[in-house]
Amino acid sequence: MLNLENYYIPLDRWIQTFVEWIAFNFRPAFLVIKWPIEGLLRLIQDGLLAMPPLLFLVVFTALAWWLAGRGLAIFTALSLVLLMLIGVWPESMTTLALIATAIVICVLIGIPTGILCARSDTAWRIVRPVLDVMQTTPSFVYLIPVVMLFGVGTVPGAVAVVVVAVPPLIRFTNLGIRMVDRELIEAGVAFGATERQLLWEVQLPQALPTILGGLNQTVLMAMVMAVIVAMIGAEGLGLVVLQGLGRLDVGRAAVGGIGIVLLAIILDRLTQAMANRERREEMSARPGLRAVLGGMFRGSRPALPEEAIEKTHGR
Amino acid sequence: MTDRIEIRNLFKIFGKHPEDSLRRLREGATKETLLAETGSVLGVDNVSLNVPKGSISVIMGLSGSGKSTLARCVNRILEPDGGQILLDGEDITCCSPDQMREIRRHRISMVFQNFGLLPNKTVIENVGFGLKLRGMSERERQRKAEEMLEVVGLSAWGSHLPASLSGGMRQRVGLARALATEADVLIMDEAFSALDPLIRSEMQDELLRLQTRLHKTVLFITHDFQEALRLGTRIAIMADGALIREGAPQEIVEDPRSEYVAGFTRGVDRARLFDAQSIMRTDERDGFRLDKKGRVESWRKEGGPSMDFMTVNLEDKLIEIARRARSGRPIAVIDDTGRFCGHIPQDALLAGIAGAGDATPKSETKEPVA
Repeated sequence: MLNLENYYIPLDRWIQTFVEWIAFNFRPAFLVIKWPIEGLLRLIQDGLLAMPPLLFLVVFTALAWWLAGRGLAIFTALSLVLLMLIGVWPESMTTLALIATAIVICVLIGIPTGILCARSDTAWRIVRPVLDVMQTTPSFVYLIPVVMLFGVGTVPGAVAVVVVAVPPLIRFTNLGIRMVDRELIEAGVAFGATERQLLWEVQLPQALPTILGGLNQTVLMAMVMAVIVAMIGAEGLGLVVLQGLGRLDVGRAAVGGIGIVLLAIILDRLTQAMANRERREEMSARPGLRAVLGGMFRGSRPALPEEAIEKTHGR
Repeated sequence: MTDRIEIRNLFKIFGKHPEDSLRRLREGATKETLLAETGSVLGVDNVSLNVPKGSISVIMGLSGSGKSTLARCVNRILEPDGGQILLDGEDITCCSPDQMREIRRHRISMVFQNFGLLPNKTVIENVGFGLKLRGMSERERQRKAEEMLEVVGLSAWGSHLPASLSGGMRQRVGLARALATEADVLIMDEAFSALDPLIRSEMQDELLRLQTRLHKTVLFITHDFQEALRLGTRIAIMADGALIREGAPQEIVEDPRSEYVAGFTRGVDRARLFDAQSIMRTDERDGFRLDKKGRVESWRKEGGPSMDFMTVNLEDKLIEIARRARSGRPIAVIDDTGRFCGHIPQDALLAGIAGAGDATPKSETKEPVA
């Protein structure tokens, strides 16, 4: 009789050995990966911290107004003022820099990978299970190999954030391109588009709203992970929470938490507004530039179906 | 009239191993056995068809008959699995992708059922789409696109997005886009099928109007027999992937040859389709007196020669003749030079309109047809 209790596969030890072996033999490779991330992170962080908080507030509020309208602009301004008043401004900027860095790298990796997956079924068959594993693995499980391979600190934190945040962008890019109306693809081919022209003229513009939807998901994942990576020494709001927990300082932890929530809402709404904006322009009757300008000069806005949509979106 | 496109023994098979399926077909397998044995669907079944230069050739068939598949094989959006497609005598089934792209950019363009317009681009950008792919400069493209918008009567809409246009207007944009490349061959895949009936007939007139000016070679796909009759110089009827009847509209209505085709022709408004030539009698003059040049001089009434008769042209449709006809007034058919060709007795006119029996045989008995 086969008794499974007598058998044991030392999978844990194998993995440990494997990761150690990689860490030992491929250290230069990881340093090369780390280098541009570090540069980018430092650049963004120094920029944000050097910027006078009030200037930042004005710029961000204006951005929110332009992308999403008055409501979000007011919310953004109030939230940022609150972040200053509760004393977590520098930490917020560090977290923002961490997220921004991760997003840039996610875009650089995710969109090309998504495009590749959309165009080749073989690529998608390989990438898809990898994404499945990446998305079902609890996010803090990534922390250990990241520490072993990249060390501790904010830069390894950014690497962990990228690993967690990139899958939705790949999925949505793939989906967006695959969902483009067949007739539009046929039209492109029928008028003699090359593969590249088909991608840039037809597929990407049509897929853009979906890709931006994916970017929104990526931003949220990055936000969540940016807090968790405090455990491996990444600075920012996560660290505030972690310190609060360590000292059983509920107030301090709550302040960090509030900062995270406010930042997350702002980023979520901004990226969502970007995606909706694209979608709306595509779906509805946007009058020509001339018509809009004409309407402005006549002192009245042309009646747009967009306004109905705006209402449902609660702008 | 020379043929611009010649389709020879074309096969298109949807399935995993088209070559194998093709071999089976050549060995005598039928569509049904092919489906049962290999799971492959025969989309286009050995179709040969000529599209004369400067004509509107209609491919008519119900959905699933393979008409759109055939049309897509012509510009190789779908790859045919067997047979040849000659464009101006040159076989394009063996062209390289680069050559094919050049052909699509310059010689064959296409109009789509659901317009196929890019929703994020303005009307004028859509019209210039083919030219942009070709690498034409922005300014030249703009000029050309504006010109084409004027041809289809949408000059004022250039800066709008397609979504703000009605269906008919969108298809005009689709047409302008296809015309802008100056390709001689236009494939119109159910181009008017998504439009309301009134707009559809308006667009049909528009196409006929443009055609008298531009003389394109149009391959028009439709499921609507009325539309086929209205537009087609030639009509090809497809069913189950195969071509079952091909000919001029009048020929097909007059002699459907199969019960399937007769099903379409039965409800046809013959008065608008048939002309004087198709029903006139040429056996005798019916009392018309001609001069030396063969022109009608007078009509012999019981009392003596009379001028109380009417003349119609060979190409006049029955509906116009019926509109002008008066009881007791004989009808003489003349050609363009005024020469007498035949006459139309009233019973023949009525029979021609009603399609009683099999219309009226052209030159036989004077007896009214039952």
